[in-house]
Amino acid sequence: MTTEFLRVTNLHAFYGESHILHGVDFSVNRGEVVTLLGRNGAGRTTTLKALLGLVGSRSGSVMINGREAIGLPPHRIARLGVGYCPEERGIYASLSTEENLSLPPLVGSGGIAAEELYAMFPNLAERRATQGTRLSGGEQQMLAVARILRTGARLLLLDEISEGLAPVIVQALARTVRTLRERGYTIVMVEQNFRFAAPLADRFYVMERGRIVDGFPAAALPAKMGMLHEFLGV
Amino acid sequence: MTEIFGFPVVVVLGQLVLGLVNGSFYAILSLGLAVIFGLMRVVNFAHGAFYALGAVTALLGLKLLGVNYWAALVLAPLVVGLLGILVERLLLRRLAGLDPLYGLLLTFGIALAIEGTLQQLFGSSGESYPVPEALRGALNLGFMILPRYRAWVIVASLAVCFGTWFVIERTRLGATLRAATENAPLLQAFGVNVPLLVALTYGGGVALAALAGVLAAPVILVNGTMGSSIVIVVFAVVVIGGMGSILGAIVSGLLLGLAEGLTKVVYPEASNIVVFVIMALVLVLRPAGLFGRE
Repeated sequence: MTTEFLRVTNLHAFYGESHILHGVDFSVNRGEVVTLLGRNGAGRTTTLKALLGLVGSRSGSVMINGREAIGLPPHRIARLGVGYCPEERGIYASLSTEENLSLPPLVGSGGIAAEELYAMFPNLAERRATQGTRLSGGEQQMLAVARILRTGARLLLLDEISEGLAPVIVQALARTVRTLRERGYTIVMVEQNFRFAAPLADRFYVMERGRIVDGFPAAALPAKMGMLHEFLGV
Repeated sequence: MTEIFGFPVVVVLGQLVLGLVNGSFYAILSLGLAVIFGLMRVVNFAHGAFYALGAVTALLGLKLLGVNYWAALVLAPLVVGLLGILVERLLLRRLAGLDPLYGLLLTFGIALAIEGTLQQLFGSSGESYPVPEALRGALNLGFMILPRYRAWVIVASLAVCFGTWFVIERTRLGATLRAATENAPLLQAFGVNVPLLVALTYGGGVALAALAGVLAAPVILVNGTMGSSIVIVVFAVVVIGGMGSILGAIVSGLLLGLAEGLTKVVYPEASNIVVFVIMALVLVLRPAGLFGRE
């Protein structure tokens, strides 16, 4: 049985005077991994931010787990069970690794305990007391993912988690995403790295100029390669 | 008689201890300013007015309701802190995201309004607050006779400063506060009620000012404008310590009290301006302040 965890309808988003999203429509089922593809500036990162209310203003409808979130402030949206890993990772410099990990409040039950997270990401365990921004890029990315797994969030918004990282770390992150999928997490990824995203996602959406222009399941990927090639240069 | 550079040791030590008393007030006041500035980027010009309000609240509590000093030490900051939360929710919040100058102007206006109201209600001559029974008398330190109350001020301030530092640097609540200072939108996206945190922080900072006011009540004349001169020095302390730095506010508050005390021995005429001379030097040599990060 598939049930919708996220349904976005006619989502518009603005930063001041600039109109970034022009009516975005898509949905994600419970336990599904969905990737938003598109060129830089197509509006993928803004879509994730708009889901959380982190844009100047927004309109339309965002249903999360059956609740309308368009009128809620960001902290109330997070408490619907949403975990966000921003593109810039957002590791806090004035907090240690451990403080960064335990910073986000619990937003649901069944989060992964800190000790299990340290087992999943052993590098972090060794560097608990280290200032967050002294970690390597890969460690910071692991921390940014780990800290939203502790909270019990069921919908994870992952923005460019493979960006700028060494291949061995990208592989580790791919394994993590697979594990999370097996555990039933619902995941929306924004990815520039098509090779990273392609084997992980159940479905894809393609964005262009602030709209969703195409959507297809992973099985249709081979047939879509020509179009993607044209759109993304992949 | 032993001397240091021609000055009797007892005089030097005596002035240093008195300087430490003043420094204690500077430290608590600049601590509140630093906490508020760190999170809200608001230069709280109303800080001196809330300090006066703390002292007046304690005095009124004693005269009208018979609330004693020890209860006032808790209740006056609580009352003033709640007023601060109200000010943040109703007024300051509307200025979020605008040029910091607006916050400065608004809080300056609030200061004038509070001080004017207090003056209208209680006159400007001021009244003294009785020293609590348990703290009357004096301690003989050998080199000076120190009133017990002033010793208490030093001990209480150090405890309050350490407590505040501990909460901010070593607890989960403090980690949340530090995170909000660094990147509040992301923290809110994690589910933290940042607007509430901001209101509580302003209330907390203002409550510290009120606490300093209650501590000061028995040693100065309580009136509406008692904060307007000390707050100028406190702003200099915050700049010297580094805007928004908690440790900087505490350490430079105490050190500048000592510097004033020492100046009173060496060249009394300069004791009122020494803080500003040091501020000018710090701004030239280390614009971010002694503990500031740039």
